[in-house]
Amino acid sequence: MPFRLALLGLLRHRARTLLAAFGIAVSAALLLDMVMLATGMRENFQGFLLLRGYQLRVAPKGTLPFDSEATIDSATALVRAITNVSGVSAVSPVLGAQSQTTAHDSSITAFTLGIDPTVQGDYELVGGSDLIDSTAVVVNERWLALTRHAIGDSVTLTVGYDPQLRTVLGERKFVVRGVARFFYTATTQPTIAMRLPVLQAMGGSARRDRASLLMVKVADGVDAELARAAIQKITARVSVISLEGATAQVEQRLAYFRQLALVLGSISLAVGILLVTTLITIGVNERAGEIAVMRAIGVAKRNVVLQVVAEGLALSAVGATAGLLIGLVTAQWLERILSDFPGMPSTFRFFVFQPYDAGIALSMLAAAGVLAGIYPAWRASSLPIAGTLRREAVA
Amino acid sequence: MTALVQARDLARDYRMGSGAVHALRGVSFDVDEGEWLAIVGPSGCGKSTLLNLLGAVDAPDAGSLTIAGERVDRLGDAAATAFRLRRIGFVFQRFYLMPALSASENIELPMAEAKLARDLRRVRAKELLGYVGLADRAAHRPSQLSGGEQQRVAIARALANRPALLLADEPTGELDAATGRDMIELFRQLNRDGTTIVVVTHDAQMADAAGRRIHMRDGSIVSGEPS
Repeated sequence: MPFRLALLGLLRHRARTLLAAFGIAVSAALLLDMVMLATGMRENFQGFLLLRGYQLRVAPKGTLPFDSEATIDSATALVRAITNVSGVSAVSPVLGAQSQTTAHDSSITAFTLGIDPTVQGDYELVGGSDLIDSTAVVVNERWLALTRHAIGDSVTLTVGYDPQLRTVLGERKFVVRGVARFFYTATTQPTIAMRLPVLQAMGGSARRDRASLLMVKVADGVDAELARAAIQKITARVSVISLEGATAQVEQRLAYFRQLALVLGSISLAVGILLVTTLITIGVNERAGEIAVMRAIGVAKRNVVLQVVAEGLALSAVGATAGLLIGLVTAQWLERILSDFPGMPSTFRFFVFQPYDAGIALSMLAAAGVLAGIYPAWRASSLPIAGTLRREAVA
Repeated sequence: MTALVQARDLARDYRMGSGAVHALRGVSFDVDEGEWLAIVGPSGCGKSTLLNLLGAVDAPDAGSLTIAGERVDRLGDAAATAFRLRRIGFVFQRFYLMPALSASENIELPMAEAKLARDLRRVRAKELLGYVGLADRAAHRPSQLSGGEQQRVAIARALANRPALLLADEPTGELDAATGRDMIELFRQLNRDGTTIVVVTHDAQMADAAGRRIHMRDGSIVSGEPS
């Protein structure tokens, strides 16, 4: 009976209940989005790094991949040495540089990757063919759009442009052989890939036998941490970063986001609690006479408490369920906004829905609903029966 | 006749600002089983306070109160609640039915609280609705019933758990004269069928219908006589 009375009590003021449930739903949606943002970035980052199964990154000492202009020297020897480490199945060297090309009287600067096409883990081909020879380049859609070139076109690329001296270190003719989706660059960033030795040669002595990054794949069943330690022993001039290490470093950098998410999530939870408490307290005050009569005819205090708490729980449950839907829709909308952020890789996702975390967040809200019902429930059960009936009679 | 209610020197004070209002000043009386007692007197004389003590919704500051052999003046909250549920039936001036529940469900409420099985509750509610003349109103909500019908449902609710004592506070106070007369007739029928009734009333016809009446003034019983 207490649960039925709770439900009927809420249905008596449908518009008010609906508005309150909507308010709670907004709180729940915000809470869910914050949880998706806080945990999603971490989880997504790991998936992001593991897109092609490379668990380890070797970067110049003290840096993160492409964190600076620094490069690793004697890259060929280092690749060979790492390949010989027990458990390592592939090593993919990558050199990063800026290249320029002229199209329709304007200069287009592109982020350019020198890679080994047999082991590369930076892109997937979506059209044309891969880097079949030293004259081939693979580009992204953005580069094609800016230069108005197409597959099969010949282009001249320069590397190492000095704007003060107006000189370049290297210049070559290439043929656009394929179109690719690059994993780690933004869709708005024009990007090109060419064979590593070609880019090294175009970069002059400063780039000779150098790499910005080595990506290392560990064979199945091999402990990546053991491989990491073994590679680190080869040379001290690099930092070998495992998935966990990279995640930890990124987490450190994303701490601001997480704190913001935590604060906003807590605020939304508090708003939800206040909303339920206010609404249920108003309901209890309005029904003081009814509650006093229930007590007078022998309804136990615990059942009055149960009824009022059940009202809070029912409101929170409805709000949380609606909030789940609103949260997922707003997360998609926010994802679209954030993915347009300059420099954001197209494969990176900010909001990741994880049923467990979402369940925890919404359970917290439901628990908050119970918590929110406690104060009005205590008020309701503590009403002096005789005094309340007398006041009601006078009113 | 055995006394169902034994009230001895009941006193009840209320704090009002820095002073105290003496709502009851040593009230003593008995109510026999099957009796119908009317408590009359001017407003503020302590009638409702006395009814609240009899119904165990309030406790006296002094004196003793025994109902159906149980000391009511010393009960804690849980025991008083259980006592009200099993032994007392309450009828209020303003009916106070649960607006979201049907007539039948309102009657079932105290039975559900007493953990009576659902099918037994339904049978009993139907029987009581028939008794108060509302067999065809079982599914109606209070807002769909007239004042007199609502009071009949309230009486049926008060009788749900077969109480030892039926307490009524101004049961005709909100009803028109004709409906009030019907209500008095229903109380007469209840009493004839063995229900012990204590009614607080300003209604002279209701007081006349009772078997006995006591007059109160300033928290004391000033006279008691058969009607």
